[in-house]
Amino acid sequence: MSKIAIKAENLSKAYQLGEFSTGTISRDIERWWAKLRGKEDPFLKIGETNDRTSKGTSDIVWSLKDLDFEINQGDAIGVIGRNGAGKSTLLKVLSRVTTPTTGSVKVKGRIASLLEVGTGFHPELTGRENIYLNGAILGMRKAEISRHFDAIVDFAGVDRYVDTPVKRYSSGMYVRLAFAVAAHLESEILIVDEVLAVGDAEFQSKCLGKMSEVSQGEGRTVLFVSHNMASIKALCQKGILLKNGGLAFQGDVNDAIEKYVSNTKVTSPEDIKRLKGNGEVQISNILINDSCETYANIFEDITITIPFEINNIGKRKLEFFVIIYDNEEQAVLSFFQKDSGAFTLIDETQRNGSVSFSLQNPLKPGSYKVSAGIFDEHRNFLDWIDSNTLLNVESNFHYGGPFDNRAGNIFIPVQWKI
Amino acid sequence: MQKTAEKISDEKWDLEIKPQASLFNLHLKDVWNYRDLLGLLVRRDFVSFYKQTIFGPLWFFIQPVFTTIIFTFIFSNLAGISTEGAPAPLFYMAGTVAWNYFADCLTKTSTVFRDNANIFGKVYFPRLIMPLSIVLSNLVRFGVQFLLFILLLVYYMVIGNNIQPNGFIILFPVIMLSMALLGLGLGLIITAMTTKYRDLAFLVSFGVQLLMYATPVIYPLSEAPEKYRDLIALNPLSGLVETFRYGFIGSGHFYPGAFLFSLTTSLVVFLLGLIVFNRVEKTFVDTV
Repeated sequence: MSKIAIKAENLSKAYQLGEFSTGTISRDIERWWAKLRGKEDPFLKIGETNDRTSKGTSDIVWSLKDLDFEINQGDAIGVIGRNGAGKSTLLKVLSRVTTPTTGSVKVKGRIASLLEVGTGFHPELTGRENIYLNGAILGMRKAEISRHFDAIVDFAGVDRYVDTPVKRYSSGMYVRLAFAVAAHLESEILIVDEVLAVGDAEFQSKCLGKMSEVSQGEGRTVLFVSHNMASIKALCQKGILLKNGGLAFQGDVNDAIEKYVSNTKVTSPEDIKRLKGNGEVQISNILINDSCETYANIFEDITITIPFEINNIGKRKLEFFVIIYDNEEQAVLSFFQKDSGAFTLIDETQRNGSVSFSLQNPLKPGSYKVSAGIFDEHRNFLDWIDSNTLLNVESNFHYGGPFDNRAGNIFIPVQWKI
Repeated sequence: MQKTAEKISDEKWDLEIKPQASLFNLHLKDVWNYRDLLGLLVRRDFVSFYKQTIFGPLWFFIQPVFTTIIFTFIFSNLAGISTEGAPAPLFYMAGTVAWNYFADCLTKTSTVFRDNANIFGKVYFPRLIMPLSIVLSNLVRFGVQFLLFILLLVYYMVIGNNIQPNGFIILFPVIMLSMALLGLGLGLIITAMTTKYRDLAFLVSFGVQLLMYATPVIYPLSEAPEKYRDLIALNPLSGLVETFRYGFIGSGHFYPGAFLFSLTTSLVVFLLGLIVFNRVEKTFVDTV
């Protein structure tokens, strides 16, 4: 049985919304008075869960609420959840940047946290000086830094610039140097927030490689927050899913991702924008792999499903099409049912139905939106909608190198003749 | 699983993150563990000050030199305030060099939470390191300026002025420590009180300027009007500045009562500052 490295009990953290000004001081006095009499904080009682979309009645929210979990030594844990689920707050509490409102965390071993790359870098100082300063800020002793100095410079690849002020570095070099310092910390527990979003894809894969070396090779505990499900999958065996400040799931990383994705399965009708159509047949949703938000790698099989409802019942010939847009609203791909010589026949008994097709995802890493429509046999629009369905293609480093910087947006596997 | 958890709870944890620790748990051991960071921060402040300058650390001289010239002109030549026989430039330089150290410690530490909110919000290290590094950086700066003062002192002695440094010069380290503690302590209290409501911060910058006039920097304590003298002696800095000047240039007097009062006040203010700072540092990130 492996040992527990981190144990959280009833961990909660409340935040006060709004601005601090003369208006808030009366409440502070009230709280202070309650505390003086040994009573419970009157304002924490009315705290609400952190749901950003609904305007609550109280401006105290629980960013974390009654969190209990245990993390074993040597585990690599992916922390996932929507924006505002409490991921960053959890990391902040664990890295002692702020304290919990109630509850406690017990920790065995030294914690090093990397919530931001290059914290405390001083632009005027040279690379060498900054390595020492940043290392010390992250909790290293001078001797420790000296021991790793060459490895840090080597990992960052800034050998030639080490005696130049970092303000003259390219932003890429800056980030590389900063990550290199953090990666060489000798701590039992490493906490990493979404810092890999910066830097190019090659560097990202290098960092992930270093992190999996840290967790698997050296047996250290790693907590990793990311929205990039592919890197979470690659790095972590276990996952923690947070939802509105509470623990929604803890266990195998694939199950956690599955749960996370299925949370977002339902599109509300407001998310659908109807562009054209007479309304006789309407598309009710667009799903990719049965979800409204999908994470897929390049060349991974994906299935696009379009459920529809028939408002004006009758015998018809339907022809579907799908258009995929990138995040700059440029159409990158379209699929028409008639290209394959097929169409969908409906008869008087049918009130709804669905069509689907599969493909090997050819898209370059990025985020894509999907639009779909129906023609009748006379090529009149029955319906055409924009949905909020998202296809996230992950930056991928499994196929011998990243696709991010390649020319072109669409990739098709071909057979090369030698 | 339940059983192992219970078994482990008996074991020793390295760290427990809780809402509030005891008021007097100051984590001084933690501060000691981060002593290398302290050194590096002082170095950073010093080095980054004169990066890309030609004269480098010489710029530390500029401020006391000009202040001394202007004080000599205004307070000695125009207003004719007595310097108790000491050459006016020397008298004013002694006062400003000592006063500046205190004032710099106070003003810079009083904004430490606000200035470092970004770094404090991203990484943990004992927060006390930051104000401590400010006090030490200022000590380096003071050292350079003090050198200037000594040069001036030697110059006046060589040209034959009647300047007699006396035995109270050995109190110099005590004076410096006391000033550091007082500046740091007050700064810690102010920074802790201004994380949520910033009103007090506006008071500090001109408050320090006004305080200088309530301290015998530009005048000797003996020259102060009789009825205000006790009031000025109540200012814990009076004893320190006066003793500093007396020890080095022999101008003024040594007031044992005022001096002891200064020392105890410094110590009390410092301890109070530590406790208040320690209390606020845990959650200030949420409110700053």
